[in-house]
Amino acid sequence: MRIRIDKDRCIGAGQCALTAPGVFTQDDDGFSTLLPGREDGGGDPLVGEAARACPVGAITVSEDG
Amino acid sequence: MTDLTEKSEHVAFPQDRSCPYHPPTGYDPLRATRPLTRIRLYDGRPAWLVTGHGLARDLLVDPRLSTDRTRPGFPATTPRFAAVRDRRPALLGVDDPRHRTQRRMLIPSFTLKRATELRPRIQQIVDQLLDEMTAQGPPADLVRAFALPVPSTVICALLGVPYADHEFFEEQSRRLLRGPTAEDTREARDRLQAYLDALIDRKQRQEAGEAGEGLLDELVQQRLSEGELDREELTALAMILLVAGHETTANMISLGTYTLLRHPDRLTELRADPSLLPAAVEELMRMLSIADGLLRLATEDIEIAGTTIRAGEGVVFSTSVINRDEDVYPAPDTLDWHRSARHHVAFGFGIHQCLGQNLARAELEIALRTLFERLPTLRLAVPPDEIPFKPGDTIQGMLELPVTW
Repeated sequence: MRIRIDKDRCIGAGQCALTAPGVFTQDDDGFSTLLPGREDGGGDPLVGEAARACPVGAITVSEDG
Repeated sequence: MTDLTEKSEHVAFPQDRSCPYHPPTGYDPLRATRPLTRIRLYDGRPAWLVTGHGLARDLLVDPRLSTDRTRPGFPATTPRFAAVRDRRPALLGVDDPRHRTQRRMLIPSFTLKRATELRPRIQQIVDQLLDEMTAQGPPADLVRAFALPVPSTVICALLGVPYADHEFFEEQSRRLLRGPTAEDTREARDRLQAYLDALIDRKQRQEAGEAGEGLLDELVQQRLSEGELDREELTALAMILLVAGHETTANMISLGTYTLLRHPDRLTELRADPSLLPAAVEELMRMLSIADGLLRLATEDIEIAGTTIRAGEGVVFSTSVINRDEDVYPAPDTLDWHRSARHHVAFGFGIHQCLGQNLARAELEIALRTLFERLPTLRLAVPPDEIPFKPGDTIQGMLELPVTW
């Protein structure tokens, strides 16, 4: 799974970290980032939900490795 | 549907709720005309009302909708709003790119991590207020003794506003949000602005070593002095953070408590399994939708949902109706801790989604859990239909909440 975060678009709402805390966190500036070692989502079923929860569509998930 | 100017009977918006936790019965026809319908505002102007969940998510991220109330034709839902539309509030009244600059200065203070770090402090505030309330009662007015002081104390600590001034700023916020006349609203805004101006003055005069630790202190030292923010903008930010930081959460605590007391089975279920609490807070947010009627103005023609929203037309989002879209939330009028209430739009959606949402969730979880743990026999002190709640033209919540235990 490939997860991309558009930090330019991110508004720091924290919805991704709230929805899928095993994959997403917020950096010191408040922007969404992937937890070390979980860059591929680690098979977490909540990744899709986190992308959908993002209020600005900053997270895209694709299956193409 | 044709266009906005077509003559027909438009539903009036906003209307008063008849039950404080359900949308007004006058909105029932709107549910049948999802996802988009026409409404009549208080001044007789027509506007579009978004009522469908999917359409709301699409339109709230659409940059062709402006939130700048100083633009001609921006919709007003109350005379009070019309009275203060000469100046844009920070954040929610500002479009990108300036909005983005403002928001980016603030998000480090409102992350999930920061809200988690604040939890022990919030718990302490909640415990102390309940100590005081139980020392003086029963009975008590839960709004005055608990629902309002919890978020008010928290936001003061976070911003660096002296809590000793709470009666003043709570009163001005009340007048700003539901003052009796447009004149009263304008005067309250100006008084609050003068107060915050003076507070920022004091913070500017402080030497580096004696500066406070609040967010306003930080903005004064790092952003104002660097020229990233001007004085007027900083005052506007202080105002929105202070007002939005206490009024909304206070309403969620009072109305959330009332709703739980009116749903004893759900309350019993929650007490038996406190791990349901985060889901319960989301479900209460969905069900109560206290900020009902987000306002935007179309700056270009938008073809959507089989119609055209024309440039210059007002667009209103009814969160209470959107959050009960049965295509997304089956049996939407039922309070259910086991549904996925996630993706509700009670905090809005798009670039203006609530900055304080993580803090609000933490406050609500701690306040509700501790209240019902400490007072297992908590109940309404008068019959439920005698308890006054707020009219439909402002943020929803209880005016008073007489309780006993």
